[in-house]
Amino acid sequence: MKVIKIDKSEFNAGLEKLENAYRLFGPVKEQSYYAFKALDAGEKPDLEYTNTRLSAKSLLYPQSEVLFEYSLDKSDADYAILKEPEKDYSPRAVIGIRPCDADAFAVVRRNFETPEYQDTYWLKNYDATTLVGLACDNPVPTCFCTSAGSGPFNEANLDVLLVDTGDAYLARVLTEKGEKLADSAGWTKPADQSEEDVSKRRSEAESKIKSRVNTENLKDQALTSLYDADAAIWEKEAFSCINCGTCTYACPTCWCFDVQDENYGKSGVRIRNWDSCMYPLFSVHASGHNPRGQKLARIRQRFMHKLKYYVDKYDKGIQCTGCGRCVRMCPVNIDIRRVCNQMNSYDPESCSCAVTS
Amino acid sequence: MTTYSDKIKEISKRLLKEGKVDLVIGFRKGSVPLMNQPMFAKNEGDVDSFVWDSNCGINLANYVTDRSEKIGIVAKGCDSRNLVVHIIENKIKRDQLHIIGVPCKAMVDRHKIAAMMPGEIESIEENEADGTLTVTGSGFSETLNKAGVLQENCALCMHRNPVLYDELIAEEVTEQNPEEVDQYAAVREVENMAPEEKWAYFDSLFSECIRCYACRNACPLCYCPTCFVDESKPQWVGKSVDPADVRTFHFLRAYHCAGRCTDCGACVRSCPVGINVRALTKKLEKDCLENFDWKSGLTLDKRPPLDTFRPDDPEEFIK
Ligand code: SF4
Ligand code: SF4
Ligand code: SF4
Ligand code: SF4
Repeated sequence: MKVIKIDKSEFNAGLEKLENAYRLFGPVKEQSYYAFKALDAGEKPDLEYTNTRLSAKSLLYPQSEVLFEYSLDKSDADYAILKEPEKDYSPRAVIGIRPCDADAFAVVRRNFETPEYQDTYWLKNYDATTLVGLACDNPVPTCFCTSAGSGPFNEANLDVLLVDTGDAYLARVLTEKGEKLADSAGWTKPADQSEEDVSKRRSEAESKIKSRVNTENLKDQALTSLYDADAAIWEKEAFSCINCGTCTYACPTCWCFDVQDENYGKSGVRIRNWDSCMYPLFSVHASGHNPRGQKLARIRQRFMHKLKYYVDKYDKGIQCTGCGRCVRMCPVNIDIRRVCNQMNSYDPESCSCAVTS
Repeated sequence: MTTYSDKIKEISKRLLKEGKVDLVIGFRKGSVPLMNQPMFAKNEGDVDSFVWDSNCGINLANYVTDRSEKIGIVAKGCDSRNLVVHIIENKIKRDQLHIIGVPCKAMVDRHKIAAMMPGEIESIEENEADGTLTVTGSGFSETLNKAGVLQENCALCMHRNPVLYDELIAEEVTEQNPEEVDQYAAVREVENMAPEEKWAYFDSLFSECIRCYACRNACPLCYCPTCFVDESKPQWVGKSVDPADVRTFHFLRAYHCAGRCTDCGACVRSCPVGINVRALTKKLEKDCLENFDWKSGLTLDKRPPLDTFRPDDPEEFIK
């Protein structure tokens, strides 16, 4: 692995060079929040941010995405034929994504690229994207990435990791995609003595993370006993939930969508929109029957999916990278850390679990 | 507000012990600053988690809808008004409720406080004696006057004391003087805009909406089994983030709340992105006041103007 030193005074010049070869995306401040956005020519990402309000998932997976267009005009030769619209899959780079959000792409990929199914829309976007991460020096109190399989300096799934050392970034070039990007930016100056510096910063950042989830027993817990833990876990957790779906929209690892046809006069589009298992409509059958008609069943689905089904199916930890967004944004303070710890310590014999926080 | 919290615990324990109620609905301290969590207690042990402070802005009336048990409910002024609306609309029966009334000292605006701070908030200390909040985060600690960071609806509130209750946890608080509080300044500002300005205003008001519906779901009035935005046969509204669909949702929802909304502010408090959806409901509140001399949720004895028909209605079109 190559480590390059980029003086901050030269950083923007590098970004400008990148504009020739990549479409650039990065965090910018919008009103009082940060959001990931396509950067206009000359626009710079604001790397002073802590984290964005919503995750980076929309960069590969927009909230609403047109899959097909069609004509409803009977006199049209293409009447009622679904046609894929032109899409831009040219190289793009995300500058300054946090390690937890980059890691979330790996979590989602396990589901979007399986031997049976490939989500081509997501994969084409993913393949076109180079991820330039920004190590987190100042995690916030709701971050628990270190116990959720990620970490403030986690390099998994990044192409480059930038470590802020004051007046320079140390760029850890992790993949071929990363090398290509560094070359295009003209970032070539090798860094000396970087390892020690980085690991010191890494442990400093990690030590600032005080909040955690316990996940070691999740795999061994019997699925049905967790599912049936209504009195011990689900009734209490479901009570305050208003089924707004904010948690799933904010979450970088929630991947569910709904497909809709929308007609405008004589033409129409087939779009997919983010959906959420917290909504009653998510699971309602054409007959009108809803297997998850009660909110208890919906809350249980969200947590069982993230913390049990996913764990069992892929054996790669939980479907959560510890970004803490759902904890911060849930309007009624449902806290995945508390739920996870309850699931982890649940004992069906005594019908009890440790309630923390 | 330890005295408030203690009193709530004491009453709840008594009610559960005497078997007067099957459960009590209240708040527990949240796991993050500025957020308390609605909870129910069925036994004395659970009751010990009850808390009361300036972060109890969620409207608990939302949690009794169509329940069948005997329920003890902790209710501040606006919650009690929504209980009145619920009772009138047959969403709960009066005799199912034991209302533990909380003379409210107003709730603080979580979005506003978060936006004022230079970093992530780690903790908040409330000092009731001098009306301040000390907000601490990494590298900062600031003391705010609570009065300056109230939820907007709380700053305008005229019914901090519960309007319907079985017992109060403390002496009533002094209500604000209606002469001194200009209820509708913000509404008039919009009313006075030119059409293009209004368009731009609503455009920007909803530009960040993610269509999560937290505003609707936090609202005790929004109890329809299937909301019009969720209907699929026929489908009235598109489901993408198309601005026309987003606005349709907001405008129609607001109209469904006309004459029923108590301006509790739970919608705004719940919105993950802090959109002021009250801008719409407050205007309708003003219209109801001006046209029908009506304020919602104050009495069990009168039906709301928009769900009554009178043969002697003065309006020509209705006859
Ligand atoms: S954000 Fe909270 S209230 Fe909304 S659906 Fe998720 S858990 Fe429920
Ligand atoms: S479940 Fe919550 S903490 Fe975990 S990745 Fe999703 S939003 Fe972040
Ligand atoms: S938690 Fe719910 S919305 Fe998220 S991926 Fe799982 S089923 Fe889908
Ligand atoms: S809560 Fe906010 S973001 Fe969600 S639908 Fe309502 S206004 Fe939009």
